[in-house]
Amino acid sequence: MSPRWLHPGGWWLWSLCLAAAASLTTNPLLLTLLICAAVIVVAARKPNAPWGKSFEFFLFLGAMIVTIRVLFQLVFGAGLGTTVLFDLPGVSFPDWMSGLQLGGSVTREALLGAFYDGLRLATIAIVIGAANSLASPTRLLKAVPTALYELGVSIVVALTFIPQLITDAGRIREMRKLRGRNTKGLRGFASLGIPVLAGALDRSIILAESMDSRGYGRHQKESAVGRRVSIGLVLASLSLALVGTYSLLTAGMNTNLALLILGVGLLLGGVTLWRAGRTRIRTVYRPDTWAIPEWLVSAAGVSGLGIFFIARATADQTVVLTPELNSWPVLPLWGLCAFVIACTPAITSPRPPDFDTNADLELISEVRT
Amino acid sequence: MIRFEHVTFRYSEETQPVLRDLNLEIPSGELALLLGATGSGKTTFLRAINGLVPHFTGGHLTGTVSVNGRSTQVNQPRELADLVGFVAQDPASGFVSDLVEDELAYSMECLGIDPPVMRRRVEEILDLLGLTELRARPLHTLSGGQQQRVAIGSVLTAQPEVLVLDEPTSALDPGAAEEVLAALHRLVHDLGITVVLAEHRLERVMQYCDSILLLEDGSIRSGLPSELMQTSSIAPPVIHLGRLAGWDPLPISIRDARRAAPPLRALLAHHSPTIHAVPGHSPRIAEIRNVHCSFGKKIVLRGVDLDLDAGEITALMGRNGAGKSTLLRTLVGLKSQVKGVIHINGVDHRTIPARDLLRFVGFVPQEPQDLFEALSVAAECKSSDTDAGCAPGTTRALLALMAPDVSDSTHPRDLSEGQQMLLALCLIVAAKPPLLLLDEPTRGLDYPTKKKLGEVLRGLAQSGHSVLLATHDVELVAELATRVVIMGDGEIVANGPTQSVITDSPMFAPQVSKVLAPDRWITVEQIAHALNQELA
Repeated sequence: MSPRWLHPGGWWLWSLCLAAAASLTTNPLLLTLLICAAVIVVAARKPNAPWGKSFEFFLFLGAMIVTIRVLFQLVFGAGLGTTVLFDLPGVSFPDWMSGLQLGGSVTREALLGAFYDGLRLATIAIVIGAANSLASPTRLLKAVPTALYELGVSIVVALTFIPQLITDAGRIREMRKLRGRNTKGLRGFASLGIPVLAGALDRSIILAESMDSRGYGRHQKESAVGRRVSIGLVLASLSLALVGTYSLLTAGMNTNLALLILGVGLLLGGVTLWRAGRTRIRTVYRPDTWAIPEWLVSAAGVSGLGIFFIARATADQTVVLTPELNSWPVLPLWGLCAFVIACTPAITSPRPPDFDTNADLELISEVRT
Repeated sequence: MIRFEHVTFRYSEETQPVLRDLNLEIPSGELALLLGATGSGKTTFLRAINGLVPHFTGGHLTGTVSVNGRSTQVNQPRELADLVGFVAQDPASGFVSDLVEDELAYSMECLGIDPPVMRRRVEEILDLLGLTELRARPLHTLSGGQQQRVAIGSVLTAQPEVLVLDEPTSALDPGAAEEVLAALHRLVHDLGITVVLAEHRLERVMQYCDSILLLEDGSIRSGLPSELMQTSSIAPPVIHLGRLAGWDPLPISIRDARRAAPPLRALLAHHSPTIHAVPGHSPRIAEIRNVHCSFGKKIVLRGVDLDLDAGEITALMGRNGAGKSTLLRTLVGLKSQVKGVIHINGVDHRTIPARDLLRFVGFVPQEPQDLFEALSVAAECKSSDTDAGCAPGTTRALLALMAPDVSDSTHPRDLSEGQQMLLALCLIVAAKPPLLLLDEPTRGLDYPTKKKLGEVLRGLAQSGHSVLLATHDVELVAELATRVVIMGDGEIVANGPTQSVITDSPMFAPQVSKVLAPDRWITVEQIAHALNQELA
């Protein structure tokens, strides 16, 4: 396969499927396998571009999530389980403060439960981070429906912030060194806050100006009647969808009727989006193609998720997905299969285009990206 | 094409207006150069053309600005996108996409141009601006000049009738600046585009422009370059030379000046240029021996040998990517060398502990604001005293000496560019590092501020510092440096007294030397001095 960019939709589908799979389980072994799959694929297909560097940040974020979740458990320890590991000095508040407890005995079950829970959230963050570093968020925008384009842009700007912040923080840390400062440890890290944020704010304003002066957000003027129809459609579709969802979730309502109302609401929503798309005048330059590799990558994600769903529907596998807190979690064979499938994009996707890394490294450092 | 009618603009009710009752018209197909001191409102004027002022900045604008009959009062910047292309000061932070081709197509996508037409226009612009080789590259791997050309290209694809540029060449080396200006020149000639540009480095752009807009105290005087330059205080060296020699009409380009020069040459024949003398036998501050440096496999410094003495101001020149910044970063320990040694004051610089570093070598980065961390100038100076380990108030006193008009309570980011540079310099100099490094210190500074910075640096050198500055600014080098080192491809290509090095190379020669070559005059000051002697 000659190097090319994979359709970003492929990467995002793959990663969202893995994230959904992660949300179905608290088994640390399965979660670790999912993280490994993300790491392997990123290691194989990470482009040599700024957005490719953000994955390490997401790994760090995952570690932070687990740590914070476990710390919270220690501080606000509710007495789940019986196996006491150690005692912390604790305060119990009276019942009228809803029986809140700080500290106290730490049980193995409570600690493990917090760890599993944190790990699940961390896995979701890391898997999403994988897509973020594999596919440039701005390329994803090309595939977004025109009516949602503007919403998409705000998300993309938010996403591109992360790699930017990392570069900025690195540069400002260097400058601190020049002033003979300690740049290590928590204090060194905290002192970066203001300059990094100020820089980020400046940059986002410049970006917004640049986008606006290049025509971002132009649309045709709608006639007065057309505008009223649009507003009516939005209101109708939203209220139908709301009523439909409400009746679906409330016991004692007719499920079929609820589904019908919800269906009509969604349909009207679709019409609204389509109408809104018509007033936008945007066109797309050289859209990405969707070919066999894209199918393979998304199939890897979908079938991985499928395996998790089948396992959840199977009676004796539920305990594997959410293991008891007093026994060692089991690693089932299907978990390994899902892992192998989730890793296949490392081979089935094309390599990203390689840039002449030799050429301009010095320039990059000089010009300041 | 562009019309200002009774335009007054202020950022808030209390403040002085930035623009005051402007009435002017820039005709179609003209290349207009906007001049003014730092903080005179050049950027505000440029941004008013496509409506960024006041739609984005807030503030109060009265009167009408209209482009080709469309007023910015009723049109947002996006509604003018097909008419006005706006390129901001720092092109890199305005990039919307990741790759060169996508960036070029962005405006057209927003305007809803048919895909086949887009495809064709992108190819045309790639050719017109010489970007074909770079089409698939990520924007962040481009050099400054290439980024600037992409930024220009990305607004040109929408086929605007007006192009507005804010300091397009201030970050570029002389070669890359030529490239960008040549591209602009071609656009004006081939496509008939109206161009309005602001630039501090007049010596680069003056010869290309048709008219000049001089912005002073909120009002504008416009006219032909040769008329306005008779009296303007902001002028490139060639104009000062012309005024000094009493040439009429005043030559704008080097070529015209050369043709007017023979009488002056005859007058100067019996004189030789005065040189800023470096005290002999001054102590050695830094010794750089056989330093090699690399990024991965790419070698960026190969065997650099250099000695720096007290009292010297050494200019480090060379194209972008030649290794200037790397050498500075290696000297200050931000990058470690693969091979070779650096001694500062006789100490191997790798053995200096981080908190003592500032007492050996100080580095003022290209973006001085990266150094700032406090919320006011006073707090910044205070924390600098602690960093430098000097008596409280030292830094503030230093700043008062260099920039008397800076007030204590100002936020460092609110200072003008020149003041920021001086503040950063104070933060570093407070610790009295014997070796002082500066990276592109005059970027975005106007002539008076540059002059001030030059005086400060000269004072520092005389008090025993050794100053090494990496710069593209040949005029600054001619005025200030005692020695010039030219780098190319990681090696030192030339190293010698300013006079001889810069007059030898056409790329790095200042305007005066271009006019009077082969005689080795480099500054107007030298000639004024000689002429005074002649009269006396």
